[in-house]
Amino acid sequence: MPDLSLALPLAASELTLTIGALVLLVLGAFLGEKSARLVSILSVALLVAGAAVAATGPLGVAFDGAFVADPLAVYGKVAIYLLSAVAVILGGGWIQRNRIAKFEYPILIVLAAVGMSMMASSGDLISMYVGIELHSLALYVLAAYHRDDLKASEAGLKYFVLGALSSGLLLYGASLVYGFTGSMRFEDIAAVAADGEANVGLIFGLVFLICGLAFKVSAAPFHMWTPDVYEGAPTPVVALFATAPKMAAMVLIGRVLSEGFGGIHDQWSQVLILICLISFAVGAIGGIAQKDVQRLLAYSSIANIGYALLGIAAGTEQGLQAMLMFMTLYVIDQIGFFAILLSLSKSGRPIRRIADLAGLKTDRPLTAVAITILSLSVLGMPPFSGFWGKYYVFGAAAEAGYWQVAAVGLVASVVAAFYYLRIIKLMWFDAPLDAVKTDKAPVESQWIGWASAAFAFPLVIVGLTWLEPLTKIAASGFGAG
Amino acid sequence: MVVTLAHYLAVAAMLFTIGVFGIFVNRKNVIIILMSVELILLAVNINFVAFSAYLNDVQGQIMAMFVLTVAAAEAAVGLAILVTFFRNRGDIAVDDASMMKG
Repeated sequence: MPDLSLALPLAASELTLTIGALVLLVLGAFLGEKSARLVSILSVALLVAGAAVAATGPLGVAFDGAFVADPLAVYGKVAIYLLSAVAVILGGGWIQRNRIAKFEYPILIVLAAVGMSMMASSGDLISMYVGIELHSLALYVLAAYHRDDLKASEAGLKYFVLGALSSGLLLYGASLVYGFTGSMRFEDIAAVAADGEANVGLIFGLVFLICGLAFKVSAAPFHMWTPDVYEGAPTPVVALFATAPKMAAMVLIGRVLSEGFGGIHDQWSQVLILICLISFAVGAIGGIAQKDVQRLLAYSSIANIGYALLGIAAGTEQGLQAMLMFMTLYVIDQIGFFAILLSLSKSGRPIRRIADLAGLKTDRPLTAVAITILSLSVLGMPPFSGFWGKYYVFGAAAEAGYWQVAAVGLVASVVAAFYYLRIIKLMWFDAPLDAVKTDKAPVESQWIGWASAAFAFPLVIVGLTWLEPLTKIAASGFGAG
Repeated sequence: MVVTLAHYLAVAAMLFTIGVFGIFVNRKNVIIILMSVELILLAVNINFVAFSAYLNDVQGQIMAMFVLTVAAAEAAVGLAILVTFFRNRGDIAVDDASMMKG
């Protein structure tokens, strides 16, 4: 019987959030619909507290290897909690303005955050699956949160069906991996897979596992839900979808593949490289014809997930570090994009078409500057933050001998530059479509947007100096106590 | 005839394939998709339990319990989303779920 008093402190942040979410649920049920604002504020406090607990908590392995608290997990968790907190802040104002303010919204995000942190620190196939489902179930509900809206319920339905299918693929892969290695724990799987001479059943299971996980990060060719969900689901929810779950799933993919299947890197790197190449192509070419800003961001995220997966495919510690750097810088850009989208509206209707951004410079110069910086950053223009993420990823890929793939990635980002530059051109050089001014922007989303734009350019130079050692520690401390 | 591990795996693989096809080929009804999802999860459960018995290891059966629990939760959430979709649409045909292209 393992000592619970040693195991529970390792999972302190999850326990804090779970108990906190239950308390908030009771609070919300007692106070009724009017409590939405209070519960939102408390949820943000809870998530920030969770991040603090995770950052300062002990490291180690608990529950017979099922739960791992190593530097990688801690890094992922802090990022996940903070991103979820931002999503609660962004959503708080939005649900008030759309008169669907309900206290469930922040609580669902907290519950999703618990699931995502379970993913980040899962040490065996069971906790991996439970973590994935815990966050997916909350996200399905969030996607359909605006339940009187036709598009939102359709987005929720699509996300649910494809999410359930991907869980099925993942589970089938997990069952084959279990059957052919004889254990659920990544460590034991690694011992069997280390021979290099992997059998067909294990490879089969591994491929299914990768497919299921690729669905969750919306890498092509498993991306078909992404544009629809990004377009249909409420914008603050999409801001969450684009950031925290991606971060959690990338940490999980990194852990499963590098730790569990490190011995057969040759086998899975091929699959991952293929997924990267398809993602580059789909993301770059698919985005060109888009008219809706959020659909465009969906294609942009497909391409960017390709870059992050390339870091993992390198299979080195450096690659893992590059993935963490890239994801961190990328999610900050994404949060900024969605925050700015939330702050833009004309006569009460949010700006959704790319064409509506025309002539934004006269109306909202500062916001136009912020969008320009964020676009240039996602596009990978030096010295913006997106460039540094790609720089690390391509460096790691080239180091591992995948310079051809890195070259294709470079070409893809040049193609993708087209649609970012089009946004910039529209804002600065085109005349506005109509004389209607944009509405007064909600304070919180405007400031979050400006802050992440400020991070993307001048602050990133300072940011890199502490991000670099942090990601290095995270990538090197696998399973270490 | 002795029923071996391979037989169980074959049944599970068939059920899994039927489930996946049920999601992609079916063009009529969203409820059928929910049933297909359930079928996939049960196929996986057969796999887990068969492997568990074969390996003489209890973890597979623990996993099967988790999968059953999650399947129930997933059905509840799925049906709830389906109800909101039906209230907005008045119909649950798969072809109608195409307001957004793609």
